[in-house]
Amino acid sequence: MQSDRTKAWQEPLVILFSGLLFGFGLALSQMINPDRVLGFLDILGQWDPTLLFVLGGAVGVTIVSFRFILPRSRPLLAAQFYLPAATKIDVPLIAGAALFGIGWGISGYCPGPGWVSLMLRTSNPFLFVLAFLAGSFTYNAVAKRKTNSSSSLSE
Amino acid sequence: MSLDLDLANVPWRSALLGGILIGLSATVLLAFSGRIAGISGMINGALTFQRSERWRWWFLGGMLLGGVLYEYAFAPTMALDPTPIRNVDPLSMILGGLLVGIGTRMGNGCTSGHGVCGLGRLSTRSLGAVLTFLSTAMVTVFLIRHSLGG
Repeated sequence: MQSDRTKAWQEPLVILFSGLLFGFGLALSQMINPDRVLGFLDILGQWDPTLLFVLGGAVGVTIVSFRFILPRSRPLLAAQFYLPAATKIDVPLIAGAALFGIGWGISGYCPGPGWVSLMLRTSNPFLFVLAFLAGSFTYNAVAKRKTNSSSSLSE
Repeated sequence: MSLDLDLANVPWRSALLGGILIGLSATVLLAFSGRIAGISGMINGALTFQRSERWRWWFLGGMLLGGVLYEYAFAPTMALDPTPIRNVDPLSMILGGLLVGIGTRMGNGCTSGHGVCGLGRLSTRSLGAVLTFLSTAMVTVFLIRHSLGG
């Protein structure tokens, strides 16, 4: 068995590496170019199927690998799996996804590509991420006031 | 609908490879840390600045590092085109960003959490979310490009 101290250093490094794969993958697949994304969403125009290959590649991997990971009792470097508790399709899910889609269609950015694009050091991604944060915090504040400290916010 | 696909103009190899890397990223994170690679939740959790959420900064930092590695090292070496710098009107970033922020909190996830990871878990909830945001995004682009002064 390795010591807890070694383990405490391993996990952040593995997470850093995982993030690196994600960011590199988004850039390589050109998903940080909003014109590619909008071209995919523009099904009645000059349709650009690039995003389909990205999503296919990504889900093609997870749909197989998750089958082997999730039945395990615990992850390799952590005490437990942290999976979303909700399983039902409800109104907030559909309404939220609908609003997200509209914002995605307007900007051409979703949160991952928006974040990675900060490294391009140009104004659009910064504006997008700041507005994304403003929207998130606004929703969280309103939701918190609504539940009135009776129940906690979900992730 | 123009379905005469010309794959010569579609960078499908790099797209597929990039997608596979994203899937491997989600695989590594789940296998080692037991976490879901959902970026909207990643950013929001990181900004609570709680000790238990500190791991999210490692992931977000890794994402930027991966982007930098591609843009400033890999792409120039392989003679690939750099990501086009494209700054459209700020209003669409602000309006789009606000809606993405509100929507992903309300619906508990975005393209990565519901798409890459949720579909990988065979979650019907995530499938519902993916079909919904793909539909509204396509309608939005249609309205902007082909209906409203397009």
